[in-house]
Amino acid sequence: MSGGNLVGGVGTPRVHESAHLHVSGEALYTDDIPEPRGMLFAAIGMSERAHARIRSMDLRPVRSAPGVVHVISAADVTGINDYGPVVADDPIFANSLVEYAGQSIFAVAAKTIEYARRAAKLAVIDYEDLPPNLDAQSALSEQSFVLPTETMARGDSAEAIASAPHKLRGRFTLGGQDQFYLEGQIALAVPNEDGAMLVYSSTQHPGEVQHAVAHALGRRRSSDITIQCRRMGGAFGGKESQPSLFACIAALLADQTGCAVKLRPNRDDDMILTGKRHDFIADYDVGFDDTGRIRGYQVTLASRCGMSADLSGAINDRAMFHSDNCYFLENVLIRSHRCKTNTVSSTAFRGFGGPQGMLVIEHVVDEISRHLGRDPLDVRSRNFYGIGERDITPYNMKVEDNIIEEIVPALEKSARYRERRRMIESFNAASPVLKRGLALTPVKFGISFTATHLNQAGALIHIYTDGSVYLNHGGTEMGQGLFTKVAQVVAEELQIDIDRIKSTESDTSRVPNASATAASSGSDLNGKAAQAAAHTLKQRLTGFAAEHFGVEPEQVVFRNNQVLIGTETVSFQELVKLAYFARVSLSATGFYRTPKVGYDRETWTGRPFYYFCYGAAVAEVIIDTLTGENKLLRIDILHDCGESLNPAIDRGQVEGGFLQGMGWLTTEELFWDENGLLKTFAPSTYKIPVCSDWPDEVHVELLETGRNTENTIHRSKAVGEPPLMLAFSVFFAIKDAIASIAGYRLSPRLDAPATPEEILMSVQELGLRVKQHSGTTV
Amino acid sequence: MPVSQSDCNAIRFVLDGEVRVVAGIDSNMTVLNYLRDELRKTGTKEGCAEGDCGACTVVLAELDGNRVRYRAINSCIQFVPTLDGKELITVENLKGPDGSLHPVQQAMVDCHASQCGFCTPGFVMSLFALYKSEDKPSRRRIDDALAGNLCRCTGYRPIIEAAEAMHRIGNELSDQDAHWMNCSFSSSPDSRTGGEREAYERLRSIQRRDTLRFATSGFAGSKRHYFAPTSVVDCASLIAQHPDAHILAGGTDVGLWVTKNHKDLETIIYTGNVKELRRLELSDTHIEVGAAVTLNEVHELIGQHYPSLAELLRRFASPPIRNAATLVGNIANGSPIGDSMPALISLGASLLLRQGQQTREVMLEEYFLSYQRTVLNAGELVERVRIPLHHEPHSFRTYKVSKRFDQDISAVCAAFFLQREKHRVIKIRACYGGVAEIPKRAPACEQALSGTEWNDESVCVAMSALDEDFTPISDMRASKDYRRLVAKNLLRRFWLDTDPTSIQTSVIDYLP
Repeated sequence: MSGGNLVGGVGTPRVHESAHLHVSGEALYTDDIPEPRGMLFAAIGMSERAHARIRSMDLRPVRSAPGVVHVISAADVTGINDYGPVVADDPIFANSLVEYAGQSIFAVAAKTIEYARRAAKLAVIDYEDLPPNLDAQSALSEQSFVLPTETMARGDSAEAIASAPHKLRGRFTLGGQDQFYLEGQIALAVPNEDGAMLVYSSTQHPGEVQHAVAHALGRRRSSDITIQCRRMGGAFGGKESQPSLFACIAALLADQTGCAVKLRPNRDDDMILTGKRHDFIADYDVGFDDTGRIRGYQVTLASRCGMSADLSGAINDRAMFHSDNCYFLENVLIRSHRCKTNTVSSTAFRGFGGPQGMLVIEHVVDEISRHLGRDPLDVRSRNFYGIGERDITPYNMKVEDNIIEEIVPALEKSARYRERRRMIESFNAASPVLKRGLALTPVKFGISFTATHLNQAGALIHIYTDGSVYLNHGGTEMGQGLFTKVAQVVAEELQIDIDRIKSTESDTSRVPNASATAASSGSDLNGKAAQAAAHTLKQRLTGFAAEHFGVEPEQVVFRNNQVLIGTETVSFQELVKLAYFARVSLSATGFYRTPKVGYDRETWTGRPFYYFCYGAAVAEVIIDTLTGENKLLRIDILHDCGESLNPAIDRGQVEGGFLQGMGWLTTEELFWDENGLLKTFAPSTYKIPVCSDWPDEVHVELLETGRNTENTIHRSKAVGEPPLMLAFSVFFAIKDAIASIAGYRLSPRLDAPATPEEILMSVQELGLRVKQHSGTTV
Repeated sequence: MPVSQSDCNAIRFVLDGEVRVVAGIDSNMTVLNYLRDELRKTGTKEGCAEGDCGACTVVLAELDGNRVRYRAINSCIQFVPTLDGKELITVENLKGPDGSLHPVQQAMVDCHASQCGFCTPGFVMSLFALYKSEDKPSRRRIDDALAGNLCRCTGYRPIIEAAEAMHRIGNELSDQDAHWMNCSFSSSPDSRTGGEREAYERLRSIQRRDTLRFATSGFAGSKRHYFAPTSVVDCASLIAQHPDAHILAGGTDVGLWVTKNHKDLETIIYTGNVKELRRLELSDTHIEVGAAVTLNEVHELIGQHYPSLAELLRRFASPPIRNAATLVGNIANGSPIGDSMPALISLGASLLLRQGQQTREVMLEEYFLSYQRTVLNAGELVERVRIPLHHEPHSFRTYKVSKRFDQDISAVCAAFFLQREKHRVIKIRACYGGVAEIPKRAPACEQALSGTEWNDESVCVAMSALDEDFTPISDMRASKDYRRLVAKNLLRRFWLDTDPTSIQTSVIDYLP
């Protein structure tokens, strides 16, 4: 179905639907919405201790501070004092126990934001300190978990390792990451009549916020609560479960004062109050043959989940599901500990545990290749899933759409991997201080919510009598271009120009029970739902046209803003008007559920994913062995977006995801002090990539032959999360550069993130080992 | 609208092409809050309220002789009264009168350079400042211009492309009698178009010869005083009269006291209008930098004499910060991690301090007493810094090591000044930041090197000697072990950089 001259159809590089508003400052974010009369501003009183009992709390200085209108704490929560998304272990306000430094204890509503924030500092709290577990290791030692340990196994991994010609055992640790969305958390609650409440929330999951607010307010009907979000200024998972806290507090204060209340923590408080990517400790045993093929693999993952379960169950499940990346693991045992720590509850972040599981196996494969003295790419290829053989994942799902053997050789060739490796080796031999490194890493990422029931979506479309279209669906816009892609799908389906379609804010009253916009699934789910709604309308119009013009329905064809009806052609708008006068309903909902998915969590077998996304990257870096400073010199990426709905937007996701992943693995370091206080809570101390970190030489290609083997929306593939893992190439290129100082004969000890400090210390340690190997010179 | 010079209790600035006279403004109010909360102009965003993310970037236009100069600044930490005498340009001002997008905005749209869009107004304004001051920026210049703007979505590639495309779009538009804002800056007054001339005249009409002073009520009814003197004599006497006053220059540190610590600045004395302090002078023996000279303003002159320091200044914070922050401010606030200090100390810089009519000169290395404590007396002002020019043969380098190259605070900063006779070390000054509570020379290291051959062996000895000089601490930027090791290795790097073997040591300058 070709679009002809259709503007903004599927597959075109349409600009973001809000681009003209972004650049002019006219795009409204929650803090930009005109404020209701008499609106109050809120601030949160936060715990100063990581783990303590509150002996007493005097809020009188807060109440009597200038401008203060209302103060609430745990006892004042009308309904349920909890906003946990899965398990009820996330109090809105700490009761008598605080479990992380920064935890919400009370909240203030005041006449200005300055009054509120100053008052929130005035509480007099007497704490009785309790011993804290400040990291996963400490929690592991005490067997302190937020959820039970899970195990996934296949074959006899112990025996396979024992009988393998080579064995390695080791520990690899990888750091967390702050989402650092540019727009912080925010909620604006506006009370309405008869117990109703409208909350503007910067959220990926309006439906969950709706229920959390209803429970907090003690409403018997969630239908009393409406959540709206036109757009977010970035989210990256950080606005999946976290916004409920802010929405609940704003709503409670609004409900109790009768005034609209806005709660916007400043950047520092936002970073201290909200969850981040889980950091992991991985202990592994691997047995392999002379070629590097893995015979048996055992890994124990332990992640910092923080003080509550939040989404840690699904996140750690996904880490387990991705412990294979692209590699066939015949005999495998994956154990996952979900450690309870006295730090902020870790939460969703692009990749949702997948990147962590994948990085561990990439580390193991890299170790194998260095142990054997083989090029890491050869060992990687040696372990790839096969086609028709060696194609069953550890969770017993058949990999049916494997194209990694297509992507990796193509990229190896286009990036001139082998040739550059030789050039780099000779450069390094002649350069005593600066060293270059190269790595190619693959990505395979499973698409679908692993909680099967979430794989559903709804949409709502109205057609007005002038032929213009109102489009609404359950997905949220956080910059990823979802609204643009879904509008393209509708434009294609109805064969009308995209500028006839108005994309509108996510709203729980327009599409109910929507899942979070997460798991890269936004376009897959909402695109299909919107297509279904548009299809329903098109069928109604077709039926009407056939009857009205006396032709067969097959003779009614929508094409490029026109409708061909037998021998006649009318404009879309004319047909709509005729249909209206004939009393045809011009509003429809659409619904979609992902087929085929489902698995048994008891046995860890089945099909958690509808399909897989693939990609690969080659990174070349240079490091300074005197300081650990480093720079990405060149990146080559080949990524599979299926038949892209919008190649410009998809390229943006690929590049943005890559750089975000690179930040995670290089400069972005979270630091808690010995008391459990987060010390990297602002951009002055937490360093995400800047413009100069984008390399000079870049080759990014979307796989031209890409096509989803499953019947996804126009055979496209999800793109939100998978590209983040392309950044593994940077991490392993750094490791490769370090390895050069030992003539590639020893493997450097490098954990993530590879900050300049981590790199320099790795260089030092490797230098010492080189000296210990007698007769070896640097 | 002509404004009388006696109109002293109000500030005057240009916004939306009109002179605004604003009285009674809280002197602690930031430009960002004024725009968003008072004027309901919400295009400018708050991302961090500390000048590190750039979402709040606006452009100031001001007179510089008979030119109009455009510079991007962070509105989140700039106080409203400092707008006096300037034009404030926000993202809302860029569209043409017909509603068409400015070339910078159009380039951003065409290149798919916005995703979530929240950082976008800030990027647009940084690019607008670049657009108005430079014609064909290189990739390196684009990186520099955008070093203060964080984007978490795009990976920056499309924004870089927009920066490369904006002038082409502008040239296409300017054929069609475009709004003057759509032209890149015309440097000569004669070539000014009508709109540009009007903007220039508006700015001229609000310049001030006398001290701006006003009192307003601040937080919860407290009283606040703001002074913006125009002569150093008035400035010094105001400071002497108000020894508790906060001296405000760029405000890039002071601003955070308000936005982050909720501190009340009851009395502010702003140095930005003091003509003597605005001076940057070059003599045969010295570069003299007045207290109100911004880091960007000193950059070029310093670069002519000390390229290594200029490279460090290029990496110092970001353009919006360097457009506001002053070199003297970096010194005066006494931070242990001020990036300019090791270089200035190793070069033998001194400070001219003024109290009322009394002045005294102190060596910069003697200025710092302990953590954030200096020899500066209450009521005293750092008037200028004097950087000696070394005409005799010497080697000078300064290095900064941080997690991220651009816009980061150093884990370790070092500077070395070396004079040799043949291969023998005649004079060495090694100075470090980030390894002690104040920026400090390394006496044991210097002593180990004095009079020795400048070679690998003596450098190794001096590297070990650094252990006697410093006991660094661990924090979120680096561990003490890393700091100690890097301090040593930077001395090695200096040795390699002065050695004719031409071994490459700089990742930043490396070109494949």
